[in-house]
Amino acid sequence: MDAEREVLDVLARNAREDIDDIAAQTGLDADAVAAAIDALEGDNVVHGYQAVVDWDRVDEGKIRAVAEINVELDRETGYEQVADRIAKFPAVDALHLVSGDYDFAVEVLGETMEDVSRFISEQVAPMPEVTQTVTHYIMETYKDGGVRFEDGDDDDRLSVSP
Amino acid sequence: MRLSDRANDLPESGIRKFFELAEARDDVISLGVGEPDFSAPWAARTAAIDSLERGKTSYTSNRGMAALRERIADHHERYDQSYDPTDETLVTTGASEAVDLAFRALVDPGDTVAVHEPTYISYGPGIELAGGERLTVPTRAADDFALTRESLEAAGAADADLLVCCYPNNPTGATMTDEEMAEVAAFCRDEDLRVVADEIYAALTYGADHSSIATQPGMRERTVVVNGFSKAYAMTGLRLGYALGPSEAIDAMNRIHQYTMLSAPTTPQYAACEALDHCDDEVAEMVDEYNRRRRLVVSRFNEMGLDTFEPGGAFYAFPDCGGDDEAFAEALLEAQGVAVVPGSVFGEGGEGHLRVSYATSMRELKEATDRIATFVEERD
Repeated sequence: MDAEREVLDVLARNAREDIDDIAAQTGLDADAVAAAIDALEGDNVVHGYQAVVDWDRVDEGKIRAVAEINVELDRETGYEQVADRIAKFPAVDALHLVSGDYDFAVEVLGETMEDVSRFISEQVAPMPEVTQTVTHYIMETYKDGGVRFEDGDDDDRLSVSP
Repeated sequence: MRLSDRANDLPESGIRKFFELAEARDDVISLGVGEPDFSAPWAARTAAIDSLERGKTSYTSNRGMAALRERIADHHERYDQSYDPTDETLVTTGASEAVDLAFRALVDPGDTVAVHEPTYISYGPGIELAGGERLTVPTRAADDFALTRESLEAAGAADADLLVCCYPNNPTGATMTDEEMAEVAAFCRDEDLRVVADEIYAALTYGADHSSIATQPGMRERTVVVNGFSKAYAMTGLRLGYALGPSEAIDAMNRIHQYTMLSAPTTPQYAACEALDHCDDEVAEMVDEYNRRRRLVVSRFNEMGLDTFEPGGAFYAFPDCGGDDEAFAEALLEAQGVAVVPGSVFGEGGEGHLRVSYATSMRELKEATDRIATFVEERD
């Protein structure tokens, strides 16, 4: 495995690992780790570092929804152009072009359900290319970013065993 | 009640004392655990649940489900091991049962069984219960705890009848290369030793493939290979292992097994089929994670001045604590609430070392190694 991939595997699990610990875990030296991170960031492989948040546990947390969006393209307008316009809204947390019955899956983050529905109906639906939207509010999140949302798993192994 | 001399003569396991010391406190980070911190792959667990829902709760064939034995035989092709699933494969209740059956099938009263040490603690008592006599072959830190012809000769293993070979090794994490294994195999052929090869950690090697003594020339016919699902698939509590070997040895082991165990538990056999069919990726992920922890732990111990060789397998590091390992482990537990197991618990050659299990989360490993570093600094 190359150095960048090894560093990426560590960061993808825990972006807060410091350079020395990444070096220890990968067997690279600290300079090589720093160079790999620079390269990953410079090449836009790593776009940012975020916490995995369970918003349901935050007072005045956030409402999340997934909106299915269908669009109609023409000679001047492709998926890229539509995506670019949708992605510019700060309420859009994630945007994917997907295969199947609709074109875009948009993850929307808002303070209230009204915020989210207003955003879809007033900002997204009126776009000329958009032909249909279906909004699914997320009722409960069980796992996100590869992390299971649950109270700490008790380690019930014997504390010392052969 | 009067107890048998056999039972009375069995020593208390040295690990018991540390278990009790650690259990007495509730703030302990334990690096003393000899099993994975992962759970069995979910697909394997659901296969077990599904088998229960379908009412699959009867005995299986003595030798284990044919479907499982076929998968085990296929699986072992990756180690260049080729065994017939019908008469050279036996599914057991944990690898421990397979080790016990091998001793009972291969050892006559008065036979000498050579065991390299430090090693897993159950071989000695198992040999004695089978009526054999244990001959200790110390391995050396200078050899990174690999078994050598020289150490076998020095211990007088030429006169032994059987050798127990456990690599990747618990407690040292040591592995052996094909070349090192060839030397041991040549000794076994020259001195006519049969071998019980406990390869339970074969799937957990880092950077180099597992080397099995059974694949050395002339060794297949004199070796019983023991393996299982506990370590690779994090299925310790499901108790499922197996033995592979020449049909006469497997037949003999099965004769004992049919009277003492009848068959390995059925539910885990379904889980194991699923594990072998679909869980390679999860095993690979666990191996990658162990590997990251291994590097972190080894580098941290070396940084704090406790010399630690690079272990090639299992999930243990074996730092040199520079003195009395029992005293070190007790004082460390007392001062910093970190549990490790003194190397001397695992026999001759283990003294002056600590078994450090990295089968615990990265966060706990960092916290524990920070505490050990503080302990070492304050002690010096």
